[in-house]
Amino acid sequence: MTGPLAVLAERFPELEFGTVHGDHVVRVERERLAEVTAAAREAGFEMFVDLCAVDYLRRPEGRFEVVVNLVSIEEPQRIRILSALPGSDPTAPSITGVYPGANFYEREAYDLFGIEFEGHPDLTRILLPDDWVGHPLRKDTPVGSVPVQFKHPDEDTT
Amino acid sequence: MARVSGPPNLLVTTLHKAVDWARTRSMWPATFGLACCAIEMMATGAAHNDLARFGMEVFRASPRQADLMIVAGRVSQKMAPVLRQVYDQMSEPKWVISMGACASTGGMFNNYALVQGVDQVVPVDVYVPGCPPGPQSLMHGILTLHEKVMSGELARR
Amino acid sequence: MSNPPDVVTGDTEAPDVTERSEAVDRPSESERERRRVHSVWVTGTEAPVDSGDFTSEGAQEMLADEAGAVLAAQRGTLVSDDYLVDVDASEDETQIINMGPQHPSTHGVLRLQLELDGETIRRVKPIIGYLHTGMERTAEVLTFMQGPTNVTRMDYLSPFHNELCFSLAVERLLGIDVPPRASAIRVLMTELNRVASHLLWFATQGMDIGALSMMIYGWREREAVLAFFEAVTGLRMNHNYIRPGGVAADLPDGWEDDVSGILEQIPKGLADYEDLLTANPVFLERTQGVGVITPAECLAYGVTGPVARASGVDYDVRKAFPYSGIEQYEFDVPLGRHGDVYDRYLVRLGETRQALRIVRQVLETMPPGDYRSEDRKVTPPPRARIDQSMEALIHHFKLFTEGFKVPAGETYQAVESARGELGMYLVSNGGAKPWRLHVRGPSFANLQAVPAMLTDSLIADLVSALASVDPVMGDVDR
Repeated sequence: MTGPLAVLAERFPELEFGTVHGDHVVRVERERLAEVTAAAREAGFEMFVDLCAVDYLRRPEGRFEVVVNLVSIEEPQRIRILSALPGSDPTAPSITGVYPGANFYEREAYDLFGIEFEGHPDLTRILLPDDWVGHPLRKDTPVGSVPVQFKHPDEDTT
Repeated sequence: MARVSGPPNLLVTTLHKAVDWARTRSMWPATFGLACCAIEMMATGAAHNDLARFGMEVFRASPRQADLMIVAGRVSQKMAPVLRQVYDQMSEPKWVISMGACASTGGMFNNYALVQGVDQVVPVDVYVPGCPPGPQSLMHGILTLHEKVMSGELARR
Repeated sequence: MSNPPDVVTGDTEAPDVTERSEAVDRPSESERERRRVHSVWVTGTEAPVDSGDFTSEGAQEMLADEAGAVLAAQRGTLVSDDYLVDVDASEDETQIINMGPQHPSTHGVLRLQLELDGETIRRVKPIIGYLHTGMERTAEVLTFMQGPTNVTRMDYLSPFHNELCFSLAVERLLGIDVPPRASAIRVLMTELNRVASHLLWFATQGMDIGALSMMIYGWREREAVLAFFEAVTGLRMNHNYIRPGGVAADLPDGWEDDVSGILEQIPKGLADYEDLLTANPVFLERTQGVGVITPAECLAYGVTGPVARASGVDYDVRKAFPYSGIEQYEFDVPLGRHGDVYDRYLVRLGETRQALRIVRQVLETMPPGDYRSEDRKVTPPPRARIDQSMEALIHHFKLFTEGFKVPAGETYQAVESARGELGMYLVSNGGAKPWRLHVRGPSFANLQAVPAMLTDSLIADLVSALASVDPVMGDVDR
């Protein structure tokens, strides 16, 4: 481990830093997400890349997962910070204070999954209409396909 | 369309036919490019496949000045009211071409987010299939619409 | 009027451009008022000015320029959300105007809510979602082999990049390699796609600024590239050609001639655009100093691609995390200094030339061999074999109905698309369909930087700056 990853690992010896398919991955509890992300930024992961959510439906650690991807341009190196959330209480601290670019991403996770980010300045729907009910990317929501409607069923189409 | 009657420099026709002829020869489209089909629509207007030879290269941004709405791309649930509003703002006579699979039937995206066919929202005159339809397909669709108008098939709604 | 800028790019075959000097003198105090010397240099070479951190300085210089009153107000916009700050103008002095979603200049269905004080924009809030197609949900319903048909329609101006990113992610989870010829074909198609996308950008940027003939010129060159795509993949756009395991079909006979033709035609077109735009006083007035974004803002918002590189952020995924064998080809990464629209224009011009340079190298060194992996569990057998072998028939059937199963795991794979870092986070649970596919679209992050660029600037600058960000709403909304 070199570079910003080593700095971060030194700072948080209690966290497990692993490698999955060549990606550096670290799991944190959700209460520490903002703290670890801020430390990652100081350690050298200057650029915010991505924040997304995954719905694992039936998983003992927690139904949802918030995934934060950061990159260090100097090194170059990537890191992925994962944080599990329980299905009954899908809230997580917002990291917009660390990276303002997480703003739209957290709104998207809220819109599609229903995960609420505490401390987000404007947590509203972003991709779906404002009056939409439900969170379509959750696994217990059907995909919403309709049976194909043939426009002129009584015409002879041969 | 015309009968030469009397001296050869006189053209006689019906008012209806003349109006239809004028309408097809300068049918201005409204800019309603949404997604990938919009790129092919722009390619149809560009130099290689020239829409200007039909008098249609002026894509009017304002629906008040447009006759034809080419719905080019997938219409999401959030966009559907906007589509209807733009359609309502166009003045008669107006026509709609549904370009591409997503606009015609929802395409490959049969899910919660898309309106499954723009004819759920506005009445459509010509459907152009393809994903995306190439410029030649779109042009065929436009010329089909011209023929329909010229033949009087599309009477006022 | 303004000096014609000095452009340093890596492609030494470009006509006329290399006659301009390679070293750029730092403008003195007196010269700096109206005449900005814009230089674009390549990473790894000697930067034309001696200061090590002058990229920040360049952008900050511009921001500190007292002559540009609108820019001075942008100082202090570092790393804060301007569009959420309370404005102290009273209610009746500002008006809220809605721009879009149906608008000729918003590059797709983007809605901008502008709070205007006369012609000056006090706040701008992008409202998106008008093209939300539920592609991430659809990806969970389609198999891994059908995946490229879905993702290719996200960033519809660079469909090959989407397909490549997805295929690389799936291959990483599968743990298979693709043959060198497949990688080379992938590089060829993606770099040509970059060229086509930038040509479209020149066209739309020119049109938005008022150079209407740019629209026609840009599309003229693009047709050559699209004709090649049609010859190889069967479609002009949304090809579904790059699939997990390789590519769908080999290059057709005579492809070398087609590519050579493209390599001759496009640089002439680029020279035309340079004649039209690069030293054009109207273009310079509308693009220099407009839409400035600092490197720190780029990092904070996650802005990547030509927008970030024009601000001096030296990040190109092809160099930082190489993929698909791109490290064997020589190319430079143009960087800008001022972070304004003009630098983005120069950077994209340089990138187009560099992409053509890569294409030339692929043309010369294309390895023979298979165009897709031999692993029969992943790639379908050739059609002729289906009549001869029962096994081939069964494999074909299983692959096209159920799909191949991908071992459980998760990965994040990124490629450098024409707009920036395009990434896909793919989670598999061992089945034949992805459990979760999240696409990190570059335009989604780049759009967040638009308020930072545009607060306290003019509406006319909005059109120019927004065009220079090159947002593709398919990427933003998915």
